[in-house]
Amino acid sequence: MAETGKDLEIRKERNPLQAETTRSRRVFIPRTDIIEKADSIILIADMPGVDEQNVDITLEKGVLTMHGTVNAEAYHRDYRVAYAEYGIGDFRRSFTVTDEIDQEKIEATVKDGVLRLILPKAEKTKPKKITVQTG
Amino acid sequence: MLIPGFREFNWMQDMWLELDRMQREMGRLFSGTSIPYSQSFPAANTWSRENDVLVTAEIPGVDPKNIDISVEGDVLTVSGSRVMEELAEGEAYHRQERPHGTFRKSVRLPFRVDGNKVEASYQKGTLTVKLPRIESDKPRKISIKSE
Repeated sequence: MAETGKDLEIRKERNPLQAETTRSRRVFIPRTDIIEKADSIILIADMPGVDEQNVDITLEKGVLTMHGTVNAEAYHRDYRVAYAEYGIGDFRRSFTVTDEIDQEKIEATVKDGVLRLILPKAEKTKPKKITVQTG
Repeated sequence: MLIPGFREFNWMQDMWLELDRMQREMGRLFSGTSIPYSQSFPAANTWSRENDVLVTAEIPGVDPKNIDISVEGDVLTVSGSRVMEELAEGEAYHRQERPHGTFRKSVRLPFRVDGNKVEASYQKGTLTVKLPRIESDKPRKISIKSE
């Protein structure tokens, strides 16, 4: 296993003060795994209740923001809550993305409430193998 | 002069005893909050209506075939496992926050349910189990006869 945390391409946004939402709804930080592969960085975020239609991924000024919207209003309207362990609300989290990532080629998929982002590394940052020729 | 000093000592001793008790209490309190993953995951909500109850659990990224649901009396148990991403040589986790491994969660329902009529669905990472109240447990309306 390579050492983790040393050369992070993606860091958690330093500034916790984010723009407030205009609608009063709860926003949660999704639990996220980040895996570094040889040619890409994989970001996996748990967003139960979110599908491909209501997830927004924006990349602006080197900040990647994922926002999943959960329709809380339509939630089991004719039932009353007997006991609750989790709240219902949106998911939002931002990460900074450096030039090492090819920002044009980011791919996103959602399956079973899990958002998966593939951030391919830019060509120039991929390690190049140099063959040593024998003289 | 002596008496107030003596009283002060007593008060100090009481304070230390009290602090000690508080410390133990806090220790107990905080050790209790670290519920192991296997019991805290998945988070489940219980919704009820007169004759049925709905249990929803957030289990994103699990194949519904790997979720086991069982009912006994008024206790619903959901168990299964969430697999971790397989890493190849040279790949590493930079951040790992999503829980993985086997889980088992029991939820006590507000009333006894009919285990044969339980319906479950899995959508967008949320498991929804609908459990109807058992016939014998339903509230009976008693009409008052007037003569």
